[in-house]
Amino acid sequence: MIPMEHYLIVSSIMFFVGLYGFLSRKNLLAILISIELILNSVEINFSVFNRYLFPEHMEGMFFSLFGIAISAAETAVAIAIIINVYRVTQEIDVRHIDKMKY
Amino acid sequence: MEFTIYIILVPMLLFFVLALGGRWLGPRTAGIIGTAGMGAAALLSYIAVYKYFFAGAGIGPDGNYLTVTGFNAQWLRLTDSLHIDMGVLLDPISVMMLAVVTTVSLMVHIYSFGYMKGERGFQRYYAFLSLFSFSMLGLVVATNIFQMYIFWELVGASSYLLIGFYYTRPAAVAASKKAFIVTRFADFGFLIGILILSYCTKTFDFGAITADNASLAVRTMEGSSFLGLSSATWAMLLIFMGGAGKSAMFPLHIWLPDAMEGPTPVSALIHAATMVVAGVYLVARMFPVYLFAAPQVLTVIGYVGAFTALFAAIIAMVQTDIKRVLAFSTISQIAYMMVALGVSGMGGHAGEGYTASMFHLFTHAFFKALLFLGAGAVIHAVHSNEMEHMGGLRKRMPVTHITFLVACLAIAGIPPLSGFFSKDEILSAAMEGDKVLFAVLWIVAGITAFYMFRLYFRIFWGRESETARHAHEAPAVMLVPLAVLALLTCVTGFIPFSRFISPDNAPYALGINWGVAGASIAIGIAGIALAAWLYMRDSERPQRIAARMGGFYKAAKRRLYIDDAWAFLTKNIIFRRICAPIAWFDRHVIDGTWCGIANVTQRTSEAIKGIQNGRVQAYALLFIISVLLITIITLFI
Repeated sequence: MIPMEHYLIVSSIMFFVGLYGFLSRKNLLAILISIELILNSVEINFSVFNRYLFPEHMEGMFFSLFGIAISAAETAVAIAIIINVYRVTQEIDVRHIDKMKY
Repeated sequence: MEFTIYIILVPMLLFFVLALGGRWLGPRTAGIIGTAGMGAAALLSYIAVYKYFFAGAGIGPDGNYLTVTGFNAQWLRLTDSLHIDMGVLLDPISVMMLAVVTTVSLMVHIYSFGYMKGERGFQRYYAFLSLFSFSMLGLVVATNIFQMYIFWELVGASSYLLIGFYYTRPAAVAASKKAFIVTRFADFGFLIGILILSYCTKTFDFGAITADNASLAVRTMEGSSFLGLSSATWAMLLIFMGGAGKSAMFPLHIWLPDAMEGPTPVSALIHAATMVVAGVYLVARMFPVYLFAAPQVLTVIGYVGAFTALFAAIIAMVQTDIKRVLAFSTISQIAYMMVALGVSGMGGHAGEGYTASMFHLFTHAFFKALLFLGAGAVIHAVHSNEMEHMGGLRKRMPVTHITFLVACLAIAGIPPLSGFFSKDEILSAAMEGDKVLFAVLWIVAGITAFYMFRLYFRIFWGRESETARHAHEAPAVMLVPLAVLALLTCVTGFIPFSRFISPDNAPYALGINWGVAGASIAIGIAGIALAAWLYMRDSERPQRIAARMGGFYKAAKRRLYIDDAWAFLTKNIIFRRICAPIAWFDRHVIDGTWCGIANVTQRTSEAIKGIQNGRVQAYALLFIISVLLITIITLFI
């Protein structure tokens, strides 16, 4: 059986890759994909902890299913926002979208 | 006597109608409404006079005059005993004042039709006249000292508005401000006096304060003292200060000559006949308190009055602006009334000064209004206030000439005109009261005759000036008031005033003191003769005398430097020494503190606002770094 640490290493790598992408990418879509990576790493953690530590319970599994549903909805909303931002500013470079401070 | 409230309410209503609706009424209608309303008020006053003095409404069972309350309403209730009322108090002096104020006001209303014709703001003028009449009538019938104070300030405000009627002229604006500030300064003393008096006596009511020889004030105010003077002396001195400001007593007289910047009918109404005698009226109203609680103040009033009379008369001799001459003459004559009050006693013949003062107030109102209106007719004809632009007008303006002569003879004290009788009473009261005051007043009588006839001769005799050649008689609407006032000047002297007015409201008989009268006629005629010798024909004599007087002549022409002294006091001492340091403290210390706090806040925000740059990723980075830091801290500490 694969030890739990391996899963956690994979999910940590995914989390920090996602974090790095979220901070460094300038394209809104790339940022969105990075957020998906962060979310998925969290969901892996949920599943792994559930499976290895509390095998007789199912809460972790359901929580990751919940997370998948939420991330799907969030992606839909985010893409809608990005499309609208694009319609207004004709670009999706995050450096130029700084109207939020006003 | 309930109808008397309408004497006050009618002008008030007129003021609101003319002030709010004047724009739609048109000048002519507004003037007619104002005059008709004033006529109604005058009629009501005459009815009040008739009912009070002759029909028995004011005469008690022992033959003395009663104090009738025509109307009373509680206005502000402070405690059970201390409350401010608004009402109508009728006693001999207030009923007399009602007649004087409404008569002169009516004459001025009629006269203004001609004088103010075609002026911008004609409706506004009539509205202010109504406001003034309302305030003055409210003042004379006040039932308590606080009501008097309220109306006292109202007359001050309406005087301010009317002096500044030509508000496009800087001189008029300055004069109105001066009048307001000087009288306001005096009224501050008045207010403190009222507060001291009412604190001790626990009442504002004139009846309660003056009743029974002012025993309430004497009883409650004895024992307490401040800086060596009793509280009664302080209170009455401060109240007199208010009166001195309004009545232009030295050294608070400086506003009155400047107030001549207003329209001439206004000068006649406010600055000759009615408002300026309010101070005399105030002292007369509080007379028992002065006499029994603070007799020293009465002496002060007498001496201040005598000094002012002499001082103003000297200045009046050398002024060349005819309205200024009349203004100083007004100051001098009001001072006469003050002296009469100062030497008066109480009861029977001892109250002669009080009677004489009110008598002179009564006659002076008519002949001084007449002088001002006559001067107004002259100014209207030659379009100048300066004597050198007049001369030889007696043929061109016959009616004005005759009426002006009547008024000049009256003020000079020539029988049988009204001024003779009232002045004689004042002089004989002074003779019995204080010989020094008598001597001063007697000299002033001569000076008065001299400067009035100097004025008369320079306007109507002597060499005709260029402008005087084009002068013509005033319209009939201006001549009618002159004729009416001249008639009143001729007949009012024969009223036996002691039958109606005395300090204890008990009628007594008073004859002419022929010894004093002879002396006053003699010096009056001497003054007239001197004026005639100098000014009747055009000559070099006045200049020669002026040159010989040298510095004194110049000083008198500069009004004996009192205005300059006040200007020095305010500008160099109060403004520079007191106000400027306070202003510096305010600007640098107080403003500095708060501006400093604001500046520090602003600098800080300038410095840290770069953090909020609108880039989401920067926020996220900051957020993550913070989370990591907190994590590390919680893990390792």
